[in-house]
Amino acid sequence: MSHFRYTPRTFLRECSMVLIGLIWLIPFFLLINISLKPGGFEVYGSPFQLPSKPAFGNYSTAWQGSAVGSLGHGFVSSAIITFISVFFLIVIGSLTAYTIIRRGGRGSRILIVLFTFGLVLPVQLGTIPLYAEMHELGLIGTYSGMILLYVGLLMPVTVFLYAGFLRSLPPDYEEAARVDGASPLRIFFRVVFPLLRPATGTVAILCGLIIWNDFFTPLIFLGGSSHATLPVVIYGLVAGLGTEWNIIFAAVAISIAPLIIFFIFAQRQLIRGYTGGIKA
Amino acid sequence: MPALLDSASPVSASGEGTRPPSGGRVPRLGLRRTQGPRRVPWLWIVPGLLVAVAIQFYPVISGSYYAFTRWSGVGPSHWVGLHNFSLIFSDPQALGSLEHTIELGFAFVVIANVLGLALAVGLGRALKTRNFIRALFFAPVVLTPLATSYIWAYIFQYTGPLNGFLSALGLQSVEQAWLGSPTWALWTILVVLVWQNTGLSMVIYLAGLQAIPAELDEAAAVDGASSWYRFRRVTLPMLLPAILINLTLTMVYALRVFDQILALTNGGPFGASDTLATEVWKQTFVNNNYGYGAALALLLTVLVLIIAGAQFGFVAWFNRRSAR
Repeated sequence: MSHFRYTPRTFLRECSMVLIGLIWLIPFFLLINISLKPGGFEVYGSPFQLPSKPAFGNYSTAWQGSAVGSLGHGFVSSAIITFISVFFLIVIGSLTAYTIIRRGGRGSRILIVLFTFGLVLPVQLGTIPLYAEMHELGLIGTYSGMILLYVGLLMPVTVFLYAGFLRSLPPDYEEAARVDGASPLRIFFRVVFPLLRPATGTVAILCGLIIWNDFFTPLIFLGGSSHATLPVVIYGLVAGLGTEWNIIFAAVAISIAPLIIFFIFAQRQLIRGYTGGIKA
Repeated sequence: MPALLDSASPVSASGEGTRPPSGGRVPRLGLRRTQGPRRVPWLWIVPGLLVAVAIQFYPVISGSYYAFTRWSGVGPSHWVGLHNFSLIFSDPQALGSLEHTIELGFAFVVIANVLGLALAVGLGRALKTRNFIRALFFAPVVLTPLATSYIWAYIFQYTGPLNGFLSALGLQSVEQAWLGSPTWALWTILVVLVWQNTGLSMVIYLAGLQAIPAELDEAAAVDGASSWYRFRRVTLPMLLPAILINLTLTMVYALRVFDQILALTNGGPFGASDTLATEVWKQTFVNNNYGYGAALALLLTVLVLIIAGAQFGFVAWFNRRSAR
């Protein structure tokens, strides 16, 4: 085990890693520091100097948002859209993947190829026909429209993740329940779905973050409505503020605070969600 | 164990589609069946398939059709064949955005993978601070790209901290408005992409490294192999699946990048940092050139599909080879 011992070379390696880590930390430090500066010269003159007197008022100014909406509105819209979309993705996605994997055969292989294809398609190409389609249905600028969009756009990822997990899940429990005379639907919700929990966790984390952080889709499909999500509200706020960096930074800090808290408490699950998702 | 090998493993090879002979068809003496068909009904895929077709596949096919038309968004569209594509290849603005997309893509793939692998190897078991620093590198991955891009927009301002740092080093001659420079604007976006996403490459490489049995490395060390030789001949080949996943993920990510560009430069100055993704958005939603925008989007899609297809093909080849 010689190369696991702490040698002077290990110390040098540790120092260089800490140094690169400091570079990664700078944006976080600036974010908090500038967001507490009273404005004017202090913002530009000395970005690394702590504020003479922390201006917490920046945060309440930022909270009010802009014409697009307040940050509070953005939070509510983002939360509604994210949670409901993830709920439907889990229910519909797991059912779809379960059917594809357990039925097997040529139909399954075709469907797997189809969903894998959907995994890499960029959203841009379909955006215009999709906009026309949504407009026809009167779903532009609505929560239900956004939820429908995300459930459709992320269905391939969800099916892909569940299918990968289901492949390595032996059907023994299902067979046992079947012999006992349980109906397929009952078997799925009572036996299979609880066994899918690790995959459900990955789906919830990956899809939840993609939806929460998305900017392009709500910019186009919610633009100008009163349901703007957090990124759209921030975009509108910055457009109106120009170079009032202390207020902009307070808004950015507020908007990413839930993600930071989530990250601190669920770091392991998050990393497992990403790497586990890729393993599948 | 990373992924790509999984489909070659016996579990998944037998798991798909096959079922033990004890299915619903085993006669159960004297008992009447009380429910309908016992196999999973195909009907269950209808909601998932329907929503994916309506939201993703149909619009993409329909969008591909518009790539061969002239259409302003209202009224009928006119079939123009390959006209839009010949326009793209004679329009310096569009060609520029294609060139920037490829430049940004390659630069990001190389840096994110080299740095991500270096960090994963560097933050090995022996370091005391490894958990904290790993978390620090990974944190930006989960944060909103649009929001965090504004922090970098400030850093790159003419009066911002980067120029302040350069002038403290006595490098006043290098100071400039980075976001407004035709030479540098595109590379400011690269910096943000690297800061935000290297952590993802790092954790995938870490997972790949952890799947390599330590005995293998030790055996080579006992045989007197140098650490560089061991890295090249033991670690790298075992990491191939992780490398492939990372190459595809980083390339597809870079080709589709949009939020960071809109926040930092909005494609400027004079299109110097426009990519296919921002150019599609401008042509369709700002200029109402739907047909032309669709042609650009089709170009982007073909680019992404070629790269993803090459990766899938390579993985299939790799699995066949290692299954032998």
